[in-house]
Amino acid sequence: MTALLSARGLKLAFGGVKAADGIDLDVGAGEFLAIIGPNGAGKTTFINMTTGYLRPQAGAILYDGRPILGLAPRRLVTLGIGRSFQLPQLFGEHSVAENLALAIAAREGFWSPFRPLMRPVWRDEADEVLARFGILDLSETRADALNEGARKLVDIAVAVALRPRLILMDEPTSGVAGADKMAIVETLVRVLRDAGVTAVFVEHDMEVVGRFADRVAVWAQGRIAALGPPDEVLADPAVRRDVIGIDPGEDVHAAA
Amino acid sequence: MSAWFVENGMLLGLATLDGVSSAASVFMVAVGLNLVFGVLRVLNVAHGSLYAIGGYAAASTSLFLLARGMPAWAALPLLLVSSAIVGGILGPPIERLLRLMQGQEEVLQLLVTFALFMILEDGQKLVWGVRPVVSDAPVKVLGTIEVPFGSDAIPFTAYQLLVLPGVALLTLAVLAFVLRRTLFGRMIVAVTVDREAARAMGIDAGRVTLLTFSAGAALAALGGALASPTTSLVPGIGASTIVLSFAVVATAGLGQIEGAALSAFMIGLGRSLAVYFAPELEVVVPYLIMVAVLLVRPQGLFGTLEARRI
Amino acid sequence: MSRRAELVLALLGAAAVVLLSWAVPWLRFVLTIALAKGVAVLGILLLLRAGQVSFGHALYLALAAYMAAFGASRIPDTLLLLPLAGIVAAAAGLAIGLFVSRYRGIFFGMLNLALSMVFYSLLEKFYAVTRGADGLRVPATTFGGAALSAEGQSWAMLCVALIAAFGSGAFVKVYLASPLGSALSAVKTRETRLEFMGVPARLVLLAAYVLSAFLAGIGGVIVALSTRHVTPALAYWTTSGELVFIAVLGGAGGVLGPFLGAAAYELTRVYAAALVAEAWQMALGAVLLLVILFAPGGLWGMGQALAARRRPA
Repeated sequence: MTALLSARGLKLAFGGVKAADGIDLDVGAGEFLAIIGPNGAGKTTFINMTTGYLRPQAGAILYDGRPILGLAPRRLVTLGIGRSFQLPQLFGEHSVAENLALAIAAREGFWSPFRPLMRPVWRDEADEVLARFGILDLSETRADALNEGARKLVDIAVAVALRPRLILMDEPTSGVAGADKMAIVETLVRVLRDAGVTAVFVEHDMEVVGRFADRVAVWAQGRIAALGPPDEVLADPAVRRDVIGIDPGEDVHAAA
Repeated sequence: MSAWFVENGMLLGLATLDGVSSAASVFMVAVGLNLVFGVLRVLNVAHGSLYAIGGYAAASTSLFLLARGMPAWAALPLLLVSSAIVGGILGPPIERLLRLMQGQEEVLQLLVTFALFMILEDGQKLVWGVRPVVSDAPVKVLGTIEVPFGSDAIPFTAYQLLVLPGVALLTLAVLAFVLRRTLFGRMIVAVTVDREAARAMGIDAGRVTLLTFSAGAALAALGGALASPTTSLVPGIGASTIVLSFAVVATAGLGQIEGAALSAFMIGLGRSLAVYFAPELEVVVPYLIMVAVLLVRPQGLFGTLEARRI
Repeated sequence: MSRRAELVLALLGAAAVVLLSWAVPWLRFVLTIALAKGVAVLGILLLLRAGQVSFGHALYLALAAYMAAFGASRIPDTLLLLPLAGIVAAAAGLAIGLFVSRYRGIFFGMLNLALSMVFYSLLEKFYAVTRGADGLRVPATTFGGAALSAEGQSWAMLCVALIAAFGSGAFVKVYLASPLGSALSAVKTRETRLEFMGVPARLVLLAAYVLSAFLAGIGGVIVALSTRHVTPALAYWTTSGELVFIAVLGGAGGVLGPFLGAAAYELTRVYAAALVAEAWQMALGAVLLLVILFAPGGLWGMGQALAARRRPA
C-alpha cells in the first residue's frame, strides 16, 4: 500500500509541553486510521499540523509525495485535504443546503457575483451529498437550529462536498448520545468508503474505533506508543491500562 | 544638517516639550479606553466625548468660580474634582446601557456606543455652545520655567512641563500598582481575562465593571480637564480625541497600559513635530504612525495575537 | 418576500418619487439626495452582512464628490463623470481595503473612522487645492451631451439617481445571492470554515468593501452634481454616521431597506431639522439607540412583520 500521508520527525512543544515529539507515521491510500490516547497527548495537534493550522518546529509532512508544511489551509484544501472539527464549524445563518452549496461553490468557482449560490447544479449536488449522509430532510433547516449529532454529520458532509482524497476528523462522534452514535459511524464508514476517501480521525470511544478503523495509532506524550490493527492494539495490556482503563478523559467523554 | 539644527533647534526643543504635554492628556483618554475595553469587551466610541465634556466642565466651573472670588490656585485641584464628578455622573448610566448589550452581536454593541457618541457630541454643544471656551488660570498660577537648551533657554509653562506629564505618570504608576498589587485590581484583571470564571470565583463582575467603567470615564474627563487650560475647547474635539486615542491604543496593542504610555508619547511627539514643521500634516501624522505600525505588526507594538480557537 | 413582490414595491416607490417630485417641485432635490444616500447605504448594508460596520464611508462619498467637482470642468458630462468618479472611489477602496480587511469589529470600524478623519482634515488644510472649508462650486454638467435648463437638470439628476438606485439595488441583490455575497455572513459566523473550504475570508470582505466604496462613490457624485457644491463636511464623521444611521433605520434585511431609510431620513430632516437644529445628531443618536434596542429589523423589518401579521396564518 502506498502512503498518501507521511509524517517524518514532527516536533512541536508548547512551552514545556511536548505535543509532538518525533512523530513518524504513514497513512495508506484508502486507509481509515484512528488516533487514540489520553487528553493532551497531541492528537488534535497532529491534525492541526497536517491541515496547516499549526506549524511544527521540526520535521516534514508529505502528502502524495510532496511536502506540504507551510501551506495555508486554503491551499491544502485545493490539494484534496479536508477536515472536520471537534466543535462543528457551520455557517449558522445559512440553511444546511446553503452550507453544502458554499463548499461546492468553493470548489467550482466562487468569485463570480452573477452565479447564484443556489443554482440548480449546485443545489442538486448539495442534495445528493446530503442524501448520501441520509439527512436530506434537513436540507432547509438553518444550521444553528440543528442538534449536535446532525451538526457533526453536516460538518463532515461539508468537508466531503469539497471532494477530498484525505479527510481528518477531530472526534467525529463526541457529544453525540449513545444510540445515535453508532448510526452516525455506520453512515460515515459507508459514505467515506464509497467515495474512496482516506480518513484519519481522533476518537475516544473504543467501540467506534473498533468498528471504524483499519489501524489504530496510540498517542502518548507526543509520541506514537503503539500502532497496528484495532484488535491487536486494543488487546495490548499496556494500551488497555494507559489509554482505555484508567483514562479519566475517556470517562468524561463517554458521559458527555 | 547642522545648519538646519542651529536654525531649528529651538523649534525642535519646543516641539518636544509640546509633544510630551499633549501625549500626557491623550494617554489619560487611551488608558481609560483600554480599561473599559478590558472589562466590557467593547471599545466605547463615546469615550472621546467624555474627554470633551471633562474639558468643558473643568473650564466652565473654574471660570464661574473664579469670577466669584475663588483663589486662582484652587483652579488646579478643581480639575480633579470636576473630572471625578463627570465620571461619576456619566459613567454609570453609560455602563448600564453597554452592559445591557452584552452578549449581543459585536456590531450592535459598537453601534450603541456610536449612538451615545452622537448624543453626547450634541449634548455638549447644547450645554456649552459652539464658541471656544478657554480657562487658563491653572497655567497662569504656576508661571513659566526657563528650560535650558544648549546655550539658549526655552520658556515653557510649568503647567505643561510638570503638571501634565506628572499626572499622567502618576496615573500610570497608580494603575500599575492597583492592577498588580491590590485585591480590587486583581478582580479587574480576573474579569478582563474571563468574566464567567471570575463570576464563578465569587467576584461581583457587575460591580467591578461599573467601577472600572466609571474610573475610565473619569480618566477621560481628567484628560480633557488637564488639557483644557492649554487649548481652547471647540465642538469636534470629542471626535478627534476618540480617533487619536484609538490610534494610541491600536499602536500599542489593545489592552496594553504601559504600551499605551509609550505610543501616546510617540504619537504626541510626532504630532507636535508636525505642528511646527509641516502644519498641514498635523492630523495625518498620528495615523501614519499607527498605519505604519499596524502594517508591520497587526496586533500593535506590544499586543499579542489572540489565539483562534477551533 | 418574493423577488417579484420586491420589484413591484420598488417600481411603486419609484412612481411615488416621480409623482411627489412633480407635485411638490422642491421635493425633487430632497428625493434625489435620498436616493443617492440610499445607494451609498447599500454598501454599508453589505458590510453589516459580514458583521462589520464602517464609521468612515463618508471618505469614499466625499472623494467621489470632489472628483466630480474637479472633473466637471474637464469631463462635463454626467454620464461619464458618474462611473469615473465611482471607479476612483472603488480604487481608493481597494487600496484602503487591502489594509482594513485584515481587521474585524472594533478595529475595522475605527480604522475607517480614523482614515476618513484624515481625509477630512486634508480637505480642510490644503486650501490651495480644495478651497478649505468654503468648498468648491461644481459647474453645471451635460447629460449625454445635452445642456439642460435648471429645471431640466434637476429632473435629469432625479432620473440618474433613480437609475443608479435600480441598477445598484439589483446588482446588490444578485451579489447577495451569489457565493461571494452569501459568504459575507460566513465571515461573521465562521471564518475558519471558510478558510478550510479554500476561500480566503479576507478576500470575501475585501470584495464587499470595494463594492461598498464604489456605491458610496456613486452616491457622492450624485450628491455633488445635485447640490452643485462640495465641502469637507461631506467627509466628516457625521456624514458617515448618517449612512450608518440610515442603514440601521432602514434595516439590513433587504435591498429596499436603505432606500426606505434614506427617504424617511431626508424627509424627516427637511421638516424636523429646523426644530432641533442644535440637537440633530442627538436626535439621530437617540433614534438609533431606540431602533437597535427595540426594532433591530429597522423600518423594513417592521413593515415585513406588519405584512406577516395581516396575512392569515
